[in-house]
Amino acid sequence: MNDQTPTREQREAQLEGMGCKRKRVEDVRFTQGKGNYVDDLKLPGMLHGDFVRSPYAHARVKSINTEAALKVPGVLAVLTAEELKGVNLAWMPTLAGDVQMVLADGKVLFQGQEVAFVVATDRYAADDGIQAVEVDYEELPVLIDPFKAMHRNAPVLREDIKDKMDGAHGPRKHHNHIFEWVVGDKDLTDAAFAKAEVTIKELISYHRTHPSPLETCQCVCSFDKIKGELSVWGTFQAPHVIRTVVSLIAKLPEHKIHVISPDIGGGFGNKVGAYPGYICAAVASIVTGKPVKWVEDRMENLTATSFARDYHMTAEIAATKAGKVTGLRVHVLADHGAFDACADPSKWPAGFFNIVTGSYDFPVAHLVVDGVYTNKAPGGVAYRCSFRVTEAAYCIERAMDILAQKLGMDPAELRLKNFVKPEQFPYHSALGWEYDSGDYHTAMKKAMETVKYAELRKEQAEKRAAFKRGETREIMGIGVSFFTEIVGAGPSKNCDILGIAMFDSCEIRLHPTGAGIARMGTKSQGQGHETTYAQIIATELGLPADNIMVEEGNTDTAPYGLGTYGSRSTPVAGAAIAMAARKIRAKAQMIAAYKLEVHEDDLEWDIDGFKVKGLPEKFLSMKDICWAAYNSVPPGMEPGLEAVSYYDPPNMTYPFGAYICVMDIDVDTGVYKVRRFYALDDCGTRINPMIIEGQVHGGLTEAFAIAMGQEIRYDEGGNVVTGSFLDFFMPTAVETPHWETGFTVTPSPHHPIGAKGVGESPNVGGVPAFSNAVNDAFSFLGSTHIQMPHDFWRNWEAAKRLGVTG
Amino acid sequence: MAKTHVKMKVNGAEVEGLVEPRTLLIHFLRENLNLTGAHIGCETSHCGACTVDIDGMSVKSCTMFAVQAEGADITTIEGVANADGTLSALQEGFRQMHGLQCGFCTPGMILRAHRLLQENPNPSEAEIRLGISGNLCRCTGYQNIVKAIQYAAAKINGTEFTEAAQ
Repeated sequence: MNDQTPTREQREAQLEGMGCKRKRVEDVRFTQGKGNYVDDLKLPGMLHGDFVRSPYAHARVKSINTEAALKVPGVLAVLTAEELKGVNLAWMPTLAGDVQMVLADGKVLFQGQEVAFVVATDRYAADDGIQAVEVDYEELPVLIDPFKAMHRNAPVLREDIKDKMDGAHGPRKHHNHIFEWVVGDKDLTDAAFAKAEVTIKELISYHRTHPSPLETCQCVCSFDKIKGELSVWGTFQAPHVIRTVVSLIAKLPEHKIHVISPDIGGGFGNKVGAYPGYICAAVASIVTGKPVKWVEDRMENLTATSFARDYHMTAEIAATKAGKVTGLRVHVLADHGAFDACADPSKWPAGFFNIVTGSYDFPVAHLVVDGVYTNKAPGGVAYRCSFRVTEAAYCIERAMDILAQKLGMDPAELRLKNFVKPEQFPYHSALGWEYDSGDYHTAMKKAMETVKYAELRKEQAEKRAAFKRGETREIMGIGVSFFTEIVGAGPSKNCDILGIAMFDSCEIRLHPTGAGIARMGTKSQGQGHETTYAQIIATELGLPADNIMVEEGNTDTAPYGLGTYGSRSTPVAGAAIAMAARKIRAKAQMIAAYKLEVHEDDLEWDIDGFKVKGLPEKFLSMKDICWAAYNSVPPGMEPGLEAVSYYDPPNMTYPFGAYICVMDIDVDTGVYKVRRFYALDDCGTRINPMIIEGQVHGGLTEAFAIAMGQEIRYDEGGNVVTGSFLDFFMPTAVETPHWETGFTVTPSPHHPIGAKGVGESPNVGGVPAFSNAVNDAFSFLGSTHIQMPHDFWRNWEAAKRLGVTG
Repeated sequence: MAKTHVKMKVNGAEVEGLVEPRTLLIHFLRENLNLTGAHIGCETSHCGACTVDIDGMSVKSCTMFAVQAEGADITTIEGVANADGTLSALQEGFRQMHGLQCGFCTPGMILRAHRLLQENPNPSEAEIRLGISGNLCRCTGYQNIVKAIQYAAAKINGTEFTEAAQ
């Protein structure tokens, strides 16, 4: 050894592997405006398609006249349901087992529904064409309130299935009923309530909202008639699934469909599903023989392509006087809009809502979810959360606060008393999940110590006394939330989409000089996969992360994977990376043994290569092994160094966290100020702390938006009244609070690198923290529950209702 | 529709083209000039993804006609890097401080921050937050964008940047 020999620390640092705050490789292109998003794509002769949309929420379409539109300069074609019927595409299957109109077939069922697709030489001409399409509507009674959906006289929305009383998820009880999903033990739960010392019951609504990524949904379809091949560039979170869906519904051979997701400008669940725009652009390309681009505008995005939440949850908890929970009963009325276009794994009509027992040791629980149709946009998607997990977390976290209030107990203390204990893991919940790991008490206590929780409660008591004495018009709320997520869908035993198991994949190929490429079944929408995936490989294979290119989104080159949503990339694809890398390392070990002339068992891994046990100077670096793999492998071994892994996770992962929000509200104006927000997350092994923190900041900001005002609201006539960024709350830098973050690390015991996923935790835990802060502020005035969103006006309304303002 | 001839300076170069009177500047930049860095996020001038710098002002190019830019001097994200091709202080700041995720708002955000630092070379956090409030970001929660702009300001001013403690 000489002075030039790098130290172990230097060798490790050079790799930029797991645990390192590696700067993102994506940023070099994004900061220079050189990202490659769908709308940046321009093909020779490309046409633009755009929709005629329904102004009505419910109406019969008596006629569509396209004659005048076809005379508009630049307009080449107008597709209606009649044209689509010719290719059997007027309707399409949804991921939830329902069917959905691609273009209005006889009637429209929500405002903004796609009625006709105008294809023209450019976007302006397409818009001219839209103005010239004449549609004759006959208005029908509108159903907006989900609580009225199953009334005896409720209008029939879905005439196509009105007599079909057997739905995709079992029997239907009414013509507007979609499914009933039942989990848990009713008798035992009823018994727990019958002998309960204390019970609470509350209707907790989680309003309809929308993921609204800054880039809307869009695609370019190009059909090559000679080859019979369809190329589709689109904003797809799950490109392989889209390819399979297109193959199945368009009856095109799957190998002749090329689906490519380029850079995506945010997804948050909005870009998981298949939308009419994709189908129409594909058909238009087949009809015209030219590439067709479809780009929705913001109003279309907010009103038509999916929504999130719209869950109305009646929660009941049974408990002892000492505050020990003994039973949970939840009924959910789920408003799915006009078609059940939920993007959930097939067997889960309400997603993983049965995580609703949360972080607490409920001995028994019973859950019923009823899905209903209304005259609203179809959905719903998981807006930055695993399937319906944020609804579940909101439900239980609000309910626990209500119980604490009834018991006269501190909400943090109630949680500590009922947490699943560390020694109970793996923990079997009353509603059927096996929580892999957790240490809830440590996380909760750390969060409480960080914010000086006891002092905050003392200050609150003083402020409440001052308010009652008339010395202040401000009330103070402390919102506590403790969530358990369930992410990483999922094990093939219970998770599939259209029958395809929800594995994910990675293919790693190392080149002779010690560089390489990793191709993935997932698709980043801003999560930084190109950066973090390479870090996993760097640690596993001892090659610098900078030498690894990560490629996603091209279905021709990437191994099949189910895509990125539900925080599944790290739990599933991240595991596939480690497994593929370990296959490569096993082969590398054989090559190293041959080159060093020792037995494989005499070698041990050492940061960036193999060394002979007891003889550290006999060392072969991974870089040298890469070279050897291409010129001097052991006799009988195939050259090359590559591997692929399709990882079927044995279980979900269960990230958790403790969030505390401190808020002051002026009762006379309803204006709130978020004084402090602390988020402690435990996502297991941390791959890139910089990116984790960024994910938490972003998720908290979305949670803040949702809890404090972001809503897709309909009036009684079915008009969307929050259809632009003027009305749909999108926080700016001014409103957005300052975020404080912290962490504990409880690695997942079944994941190859112990990682659990984090991107969605802050949305799941953040919403209840904000809502609990508002509710906590008002609780001393006699309020048990105020519905979200908590905007200024609603806060003021609440104050008025409680008689503390005029 | 009859087309009108327009001429303007974009990123230091004289450019011209034929546009309809109704053609939005963002479409002229993206589709005629192939400068796809500025993006369209809302068409109602709320989100700021289309922000470019026009004659010393931050302008949302989705709500301005191309013909209104006749004779203007425009800078887009493609014209922001240093002359030698390295990242500008702002671009570097966004990378160092993790001020971007999906990258869709980033060009507009950097162009706005570029003008903000001309208007106020040493802004406070509150001034930065107000100064970029016409630009929406769905990914970052703004906190790291604020840091990125502080980083750039320090670099431009030749002062030391110290990341604020949490």
